[in-house]
Amino acid sequence: MTTQTPSPARYSLAADEYLFVEVSEEMALDAFFRALSITQRLRALALPGIIEICPANASYQVRYEPDLISAERLIEILKSLDDEVAAQRERTLETRVIEVPVLYDDPWTRETLMRFRDRHQDPSGSDLDYAARINGFSTPAGFIEAHSASPWFVSMVGFVAGLPFMYQMVPRERQLQVPKYLRPRTDTPKQTVGYGGCFSCIYSVRGAGGYQMFGITPMPIYDPDGGQPHIDDSMIFFRPGDIVKHRAIDRATHDRLQADAEAGRFRPRVAPFTFDLDAFEGDPDATAIRVKEVLQ
Amino acid sequence: MTIDVIKPGLATSVQDLGRTGYYHLGIPPSGGMDQRSLRAANLLLGNPEGAAVLECALMGPELRFDERRCVAACGAEMVPKVDGQPQPLNEVFEVPAGATLGFDFVRAGARLYLAVEGGFDVAEKLASRSTYALGGLGGVEGRPLKAGDRLATLPAVTPPRPGRRLPEALLPRFAKHYRLRVVPGIYDHRLEAASRERFYAETWAVASEADRIGYRLKGGSSLSFLEREPPFGAGDDPSNIVDACYPIGSIQVPSGSEPIILHRDAVSGGGYAMIGTVISADMDWVGQIQPHQQVRFEAVDLEQALAARREYRDTLEALRRMP
Repeated sequence: MTTQTPSPARYSLAADEYLFVEVSEEMALDAFFRALSITQRLRALALPGIIEICPANASYQVRYEPDLISAERLIEILKSLDDEVAAQRERTLETRVIEVPVLYDDPWTRETLMRFRDRHQDPSGSDLDYAARINGFSTPAGFIEAHSASPWFVSMVGFVAGLPFMYQMVPRERQLQVPKYLRPRTDTPKQTVGYGGCFSCIYSVRGAGGYQMFGITPMPIYDPDGGQPHIDDSMIFFRPGDIVKHRAIDRATHDRLQADAEAGRFRPRVAPFTFDLDAFEGDPDATAIRVKEVLQ
Repeated sequence: MTIDVIKPGLATSVQDLGRTGYYHLGIPPSGGMDQRSLRAANLLLGNPEGAAVLECALMGPELRFDERRCVAACGAEMVPKVDGQPQPLNEVFEVPAGATLGFDFVRAGARLYLAVEGGFDVAEKLASRSTYALGGLGGVEGRPLKAGDRLATLPAVTPPRPGRRLPEALLPRFAKHYRLRVVPGIYDHRLEAASRERFYAETWAVASEADRIGYRLKGGSSLSFLEREPPFGAGDDPSNIVDACYPIGSIQVPSGSEPIILHRDAVSGGGYAMIGTVISADMDWVGQIQPHQQVRFEAVDLEQALAARREYRDTLEALRRMP
């Protein structure tokens, strides 16, 4: 258990229906963990008047019906949940590990990124070349290895339907960081593996985007038509708190998995997992090894 | 009974009151941007208040009815026409079998709500028929209408009464300039004090990028954010934050230049600081502002927002009780 007292959360009224709560101004795993734990407890209380509960990277938001619960009362409840989370002896989370197959440096994102070179920091190379160079790797392969070796926390689901923001589970000094495009693109292929700031993401639908593009996954993650057996009635695969492990695949594997997905036969590799924040903070590499092992 | 879409209009989509419970997964509420007009059109016809209607932005569609049906059009002033003959707004009228319903150009407001007796029948997705185009969900194939689409309707619950009209007191009053009430907050402490004052003092104009996702505003001075060491994960621009959820109605100002008010098809989150939120009672009006119209923001507190909310509720009650 850490002895450090966390800084108090900041509560801000967003007009009469929303409450915005900033747990930390900077991104950190413990801030995410705290926001997720508070929102999970709030959901479990099933209070009348609570309409939407949205955990984010280092903050969360609640939409409420002020005729049923006042902002004042809601803040009181959230503060006591925050105290409860701070006081708990074990900081653990029952979650799942998901393997995401990725064809890095694929032809589709490459074709797209070439069309938007004028909006990029380095028009002479690819997004991967640029990301590798500024993160100190001599080749893109080194960057791909770093991206696919570590586990990632799904720290927020959103922007558009079902898009996971993923936070790298390594000490801060080893975290990959890549700025967003200078100006956003108007096109991004569906299921592109993207990167902006310290977050990796998977674009759930085709559309505009500002994150760098490194590859594509054949795994469906948003299912508005209901044909994918691994996605439930919410149509969305990812949940905040999921742990993701990327696996580099070749073109032949991609094409086989893509055909599976199109036929509604795709089954992701998923395993239950108990995440322990204190154990992770003590030895991040040991957690990474456990994540790999549960997928075997 | 089918209604054929001859011309789709500029941006016409099937909407009801929207869906709740999925915003944490990135699926926004959607639903009619002017919920009051949507409800009014349904209530006039005797439909369930939240039946699916067509939301028609700026330029209406042309629709051919294969059977006689009663309809009601509320919201923006686009005069309906049956085979070229003008029909009243805010009043139940009949469209005969084989007739074509079209609309005149828009005189005031931005969105008209066309309800048909029984309501439009598209599949419910996540407990709503509303179209969320960004996610390809709901409505007709998850998109605005196209020429050649064929719409079905549900049976009427109560027989509609042609000639039934909204009482004078409940008609929308469109303005040339709008005043939107905003509760300042979220990240407005990151603005320089002079910028914060100017934001509320200056007149803004709605840009051409004004749709169901959000309304972009122009014409005011750029806003300055306080200098700072960027927090880890936030990004280098002073308007960046660690990606967070965006409330519907929140106002963000990417790079300090052009404020954006998010509406019902909002992107659910992102990395731009929000400096306040339009109160719920004024959100219907946002959806009725045309590009190039002028807007001013007025800072209010929670008590004022709640009082406006009660007034809004009273108006809905009056709609439900209309003769």
